[in-house]
Parts: sequence; C-alpha cells; structure tokens
Amino acid sequence: MAGAPVLEARGLTRRFTGVLALSGVDFRLFAGEVHALMGQNGAGKSTLIKVLTGVYPADEGELHLAGAPIRPSSPPAAQRLGISTVYQEVNLCPNLSVAENIFAGRYPRRGGAGLWRIDWPRMHADARALLARLHLDIDVTRLLSSYSVAVQQMVAIARALGVQARVLILDEPTSSLDESEVEQLFAVLRSLRDEGLAILFVTHFLEQMYRVSDRITVLRNGERVGEYLKADLPPAALITAMVGRELSAAATRGAGFAAAANESAPTVLAAHGLGRRGHLQPTDLALRRGEIVGIGGLLGSGRTELARLLFGLDKRDSGQLHVDGVAVRLAGPAEAIRHGLAMCPEERKFDGIVAELSVRENIVLALQARLGLSRFLSLARQREIAGGLVRTLAIRTADLETPIALLSGGNQQKAVLARWLATEPRLLILDEPTRGIDVAAKQEIMDQILALARAGMAVLFISSEMGEVVRISDRIVVMRDRRKVGELPGDSSEQAVYHMIAAGT
Amino acid sequence: MTVATLRQRVAAHRLLWPVLTLVLLLAVNAIFNPGFWHLQWRDGHLYGSLIDILNRASPLALVALGMTLVIATRGIDISVGAVVAIAAATAALLIGGELVVKDGVQSHVSRVPMGLAILAALALSALCGLWNGLLVARVGMQPIIATLILMVAGRGIAQLLTGGQIITVYYAPFFFLGNGFLLGLPFAVFIAAAVWAALDLLMTRTALGLFIQAIGINPAAARVAGLPQRLITVAVYVFCGVCAGAAGLVISSNVKSADGNNAGMLMELDAILAVTLGGTLLTGGRFSLAGSVLGALIIQTLTSTIYSIGVPPEINMVVKAGVVFVVMLLQSAEFRRAARGLIWRGAAA
Repeated sequence: MAGAPVLEARGLTRRFTGVLALSGVDFRLFAGEVHALMGQNGAGKSTLIKVLTGVYPADEGELHLAGAPIRPSSPPAAQRLGISTVYQEVNLCPNLSVAENIFAGRYPRRGGAGLWRIDWPRMHADARALLARLHLDIDVTRLLSSYSVAVQQMVAIARALGVQARVLILDEPTSSLDESEVEQLFAVLRSLRDEGLAILFVTHFLEQMYRVSDRITVLRNGERVGEYLKADLPPAALITAMVGRELSAAATRGAGFAAAANESAPTVLAAHGLGRRGHLQPTDLALRRGEIVGIGGLLGSGRTELARLLFGLDKRDSGQLHVDGVAVRLAGPAEAIRHGLAMCPEERKFDGIVAELSVRENIVLALQARLGLSRFLSLARQREIAGGLVRTLAIRTADLETPIALLSGGNQQKAVLARWLATEPRLLILDEPTRGIDVAAKQEIMDQILALARAGMAVLFISSEMGEVVRISDRIVVMRDRRKVGELPGDSSEQAVYHMIAAGT
Repeated sequence: MTVATLRQRVAAHRLLWPVLTLVLLLAVNAIFNPGFWHLQWRDGHLYGSLIDILNRASPLALVALGMTLVIATRGIDISVGAVVAIAAATAALLIGGELVVKDGVQSHVSRVPMGLAILAALALSALCGLWNGLLVARVGMQPIIATLILMVAGRGIAQLLTGGQIITVYYAPFFFLGNGFLLGLPFAVFIAAAVWAALDLLMTRTALGLFIQAIGINPAAARVAGLPQRLITVAVYVFCGVCAGAAGLVISSNVKSADGNNAGMLMELDAILAVTLGGTLLTGGRFSLAGSVLGALIIQTLTSTIYSIGVPPEINMVVKAGVVFVVMLLQSAEFRRAARGLIWRGAAA
C-alpha cells in the first residue's frame, strides 16, 4: 500500500435541501486493496459513492485520480476515467444475452462505412475473456435471466471492468447472495485486488466485511470518523465508531417480562382457528397486555400472512377473532384500528410511506383516519404530535415538512412506527421492522419496542433475523409451512427455534 | 421578508406558471383588441370581453374542479362530456315550457317545477358518477376504461332522452342560470365560485385533502393506515358527476336548448387539460383547485384570443394545440432547465 492513493477525496461536502449529507469528508483509496465503507443508514455512504461516481457534483471539496484533479459529471464520465460502479440492485437487462449485457452501449463494430455491423464473434470472445478473469465459464450467448443472481452479479462486475477500470465500487453486492455465492464473489474480489485494482465496498454485514476487506473508513452523520486498518478495529470498536456511543447490550436481554407476570395479564387479542385457504392453516394465537410475542419462522412460513389476517388486510375464511374477549369481525384495517390494533407492514415502500407527503402528514395519517374526516387535527396539533414523536424516536429529518421520501431508510421506518404510536394502539404488529436498516437504527427500534411493551402494549414481532426474535420476545410462536408448529419460551436459543422448525411436520 | 426571499418564494410557487400564462394571453388579447380591457355598465350589468371570458369559462371550471379530485386519486373521468349532455337533456325535457297568455297576462309555465327538474338532473349526474366510482373502486377497473363506458353510452342515453332531437326550452326563468346576472356579474360565475369555495373549505377544514392526496400517492399504504379508501374514491367520482351535471345545466340554460349529440362535446379533454395546466399531475397526489380554475380561464382566454386575432376558423384547432404545447413545455421544470442550459451554452460559444 505504499505510494500515493489512486483515488483521493479532500473535504467533500454535499447538501440536500438544507441537510448536510457529507461534511468535509476526506477519503483515500489505494491500488491493490479492498476498502470497506461503513456507517449507519443516513451516515452518507451512498452520497459519498454518488459523488465519487459523478451522480451528484460535490458542493465543496476536490477529487484526485492518480494525482490529477477530476470532476466526473456523470457515471459514464466517471467510468471513462476508470471509476466503475456496481449498484445494489443489479441493473442489467434480463432479456438480453450475457455478452450483450456486458457490452451494452459499446458493441464492438466491424465492416466499412462507419462500422455499421456488430462484430458478434469478437464480442463473444471478449465477453468470455472478461468472465474468465472472474473465474466464470458460462455460455455468453444465453439470456442473462437463465443464470442465478450470483452469476448476474458477476456479469455486472464484468460489465464494470470492461473499460480500463482502476477503481471498482460495489454497493451492497452481497445482499441477494447465499453463503457459497458470497465466498465465490470474495474470491473474485481478492484476485482482482491482487491484480492491482482498487476496490471500494459497502455492506451492512460486519462479518463479511471482516472477511474480505483490508482497510475501513467509517462515516457518521455525514462526517468521517476515521480510517483504520482492519486489524486495528475489532467489531465492538467498529460499532462504537459507527454509532458514536457504546451499544447498550443490556437493554435487549433481561428486559422482557417474567413469564409468570405475563400469565395473569389480560388477553388483548385472541385468534381461534384463524385461517385462509392457500395462505394460512387454522391457527390459534393469544397476545397479552405488555407481552412481546415473536414469530419464529423462515420466509414463506406464513408469518406475514398471519399478520395480515390479524389486521384485517386479508379476509379470513375460517376462525374467530376476539378483542378483549369480545368477538369482532375485523373486515379491514380501518376496523382493526378502531379496536386499537396497529401494523407496520413488511414492505415499507409499498405499504408504508406516502412518499411525497411530509413527515408530519405521514405521522398523523392513521390517527386522522381513525378520527375521521370532520374531526380534523389543526396544523398546530399535527405539528405537536409529529414533533413529539420525531423527538422520542430520534427521527433524523430537516424539519416536519420534509417529504418523507428524502429520509434515509431507517428514518422512514421510524416515521411509519411513529404513525402507529400516534394512534396509541394496544396491540402493535411489526412485520420486519428492522429490514434494510443499519445496526444502530435497529437497536433504537428494538429499544423502543421494549419500552412500549413495558408500558403495557402487546407486540407481535416478526423478523427474518432469528437472533432478534429470540432476544426480544417473551414468547416465540414457531411457524412452518403456513401453520403454527409450536411455542417456545422467550429465553430459548436460536438453535431451539430452528430445531422446532426442522422437527415440525 | 427580504426582496430576495420574496422572489424565491414567488419563483417556487406552483401557481407561478399558470398565472404567467394567463397574464401573457390577456396581454396578447389586449394588443390585438384595444377594447379588450374595456368594461361597460349597461342595464345594471357589466359588459366586456373579460366578463364574457369569465362567463364562458364557468362551466369548464366546474367540470375541471370535479376532475381535479378524480385525478388527485390517480383516476380520470372521460365521461364528463356525456354527463353534461345527460344533465342538459334531463333538465330541458322536464322543463320544456311554454309562454301562456291568460286573460291578457303572460306567464311562463314549465312541465314540472324548475327546482325539481334541476334536482333531477343533478341526481342523475350523481348516479352517473356513482356508476363510474363503483366500477373503479369496487369492480377494480382502470379508471379510463371504466369511464369510457359511460362516455360512449352517455351520449346514447342523452339522445334517448331527447328522442334524437334538439329540445328547445321556452321557460324563461331557466335562462337565468346561464344568462342571468347577479350584482352585475354573470350568475354562472357565482355557481363556479361557490363550488370552488365549498371545496376549498372541505380541503382545508377537514382531512379530506390529506386523505385524497395519500390515496393518490400510495393507495396500498393509505389502506393499511385505515383510510376509507373506496368510499373516498366513489365520492370523488360522484362529486365529479355532479359538477359535470351543474355545467350541463349552465350550458343548456345558456343556449336555451339541449342537444344530446353535441352538448359538452370533448369537454372531458378541456377539463383534463385545465387540471394539467393548473399544475396537478396526472399521476395523482398533490393537487391545486386554484390551478384548475386558472387552467379553465387559460383555455377560455385562448379560445377568445384565437377569435379576436382573426385566425381562420378551419385552422383554429391547430393554433390552440400549438399554444397548449408551448405552455406545457414552459411549465416543465426539466424543459426550462434544458433550455436554460442551451441558452447559456449558446451565449458562451
């Protein structure tokens, strides 16, 4: 790592409608290293990458490539300079062949008069050569869609490498890969590094980051916290650097109610034989006041279907629901909300946020829906409610009138949570409340859920991360194949849950 | 507030471009027609080109107000022209009327009481809206297809009512709606203004505006948040139908007849255009009632301009289309940015 950096940024600053997304950030990337960029959601990782690759110009600061100042005006311009990017969502064309994808927009030509014919043999040969560099031997004439996501990811990298790349930037490259595919990708990254490429890599997975990277830059609130060699930054120190404070590990465990205390608490919502053909087999479930019930189950186990039936989003075709012991219909969300239920749905973008409305309007929406048209909350009252929740949940926003779409993922999720807290529900259903958000925001949301349960709210908690479910729940309902296979006490291990899933027939 | 921030706020205001367009059109009119600004007080009324524009724009403004809410919920209603014809035909049929001279005293006689006829026409329009709303919210049809049905069938219904004839109304009190004056101004202007004011109150004093926007931007999220989404969707189509019906009454009163085949012809397109000119996006969500009223005024002023500057009648549609095209380009922030870039580059070269 001797010598000057390939890519160097000094004092990068970037503002978005008043919010400082990057503030005087210095950054260095050397040839022959894998460099990890770490930080919470909203720390400025995406903005930094977008400034480096010419998506946005920097408001202040300078960029140097191999010592020469550069000012890329667009991603293609950055690519011509040798800075290539592979984005989180693979943006290739599944209906074109692998070779066509790799050379899209710059097909090799031949023939006279302006090279009007595409040189197919050369394109295929070049594509094979590029993929061979990534240890991939596939038929480049076949459609991209006939290959796995992992292979598509490699094709995206090959496409980025096609031009004389000196810097390769990967934004969350492993989020849709399984474990063996991740290892395959890392092998490729290591060999590219050994060829002298400078690789910048963004991820939320700490363990993966430690496996592949050489150096780490940590961002927080748009500022650079520091640049570290991997060996100098153990996980605990990394998290402290990202979060800016020690993680309160104690807050998660031991905060649950003692099982005995729960037994006597009144039941808020009870389901008897609740089911819907093709979605959920008849299921019994009871949620008591002040209790957090976790759903232990894999994707497709029926956990989301259960949540949707409880909230009246889908129609049940069997079973009864009782709220406080009284049978209810719950024909739709509006009715469920009147009975004091609330639900943060799984897909934040599709079922949660109303993108162009302000943070204030998003937060008061469900409360106003329950109050109805005529009992309109005054603007002052709306600001009071929204402002209070923004402070309680530490939602990071320029002000209450900012469109919610401009917030980072974690803050959007908190705003959706705030929308439901505004209705002061007695039962809160959380479907994947921590998906796609960073460690610290996760922790804050988990702390909030625990505090709510302590205050007497019943919570149904669904998450793909079994560790979270086990940590936070007073009781775990284990599901598999669209039905409940059993229940476990809250202090069970992840292994115990997986064991029950595996055994459940 | 300093001058600079005032300038910024004006530049960022969403009604800036509609207002500028209207001012520009009025200026063009004034150049070609020196008497354009001239208002005259005669027989207790105001007369002049401006008053004519206000009067003629009123039915369109009514339809555009209803259309605004439909578009804000991500919908569209292309049946409004047909509903105009249905309402006009219903009213004309029920009123009909004749001049009776009894014992040397003239009196107007209508077939059924005028109030009842008007109510019947509006009720039928509401029914048309209900049909549209149910097709969209209950059956789940695409709004453009759902309302296409009534757009086609509605004219048939109107012609059925009129027996394929143009029905002439002889009952003079009915003419007040489209020709009468109140406080010196055309009565139709008061109808449009009253509907606008009532809507504006509904939007600012109740949660309706918030709900309509939320439904337009993200219907799925609105449903999860417990909004009465279907009810609101049906309601905006009903309201849009009633608005079209009111416009139909004004129009038939103005021409003292009802023509099932031609009344409100292509009015749906002018209404959609008015809403768009006013800055409401067809993709739903944020909307502007004032913008739609401005849009209606722009369209009517443009029509007057085309006549007053003497464009041959056979090509006036082409001129109208051209002007609309330019106005739409100017309203696009993206186009303005690109144009500014071109001008800068040109100046630098």
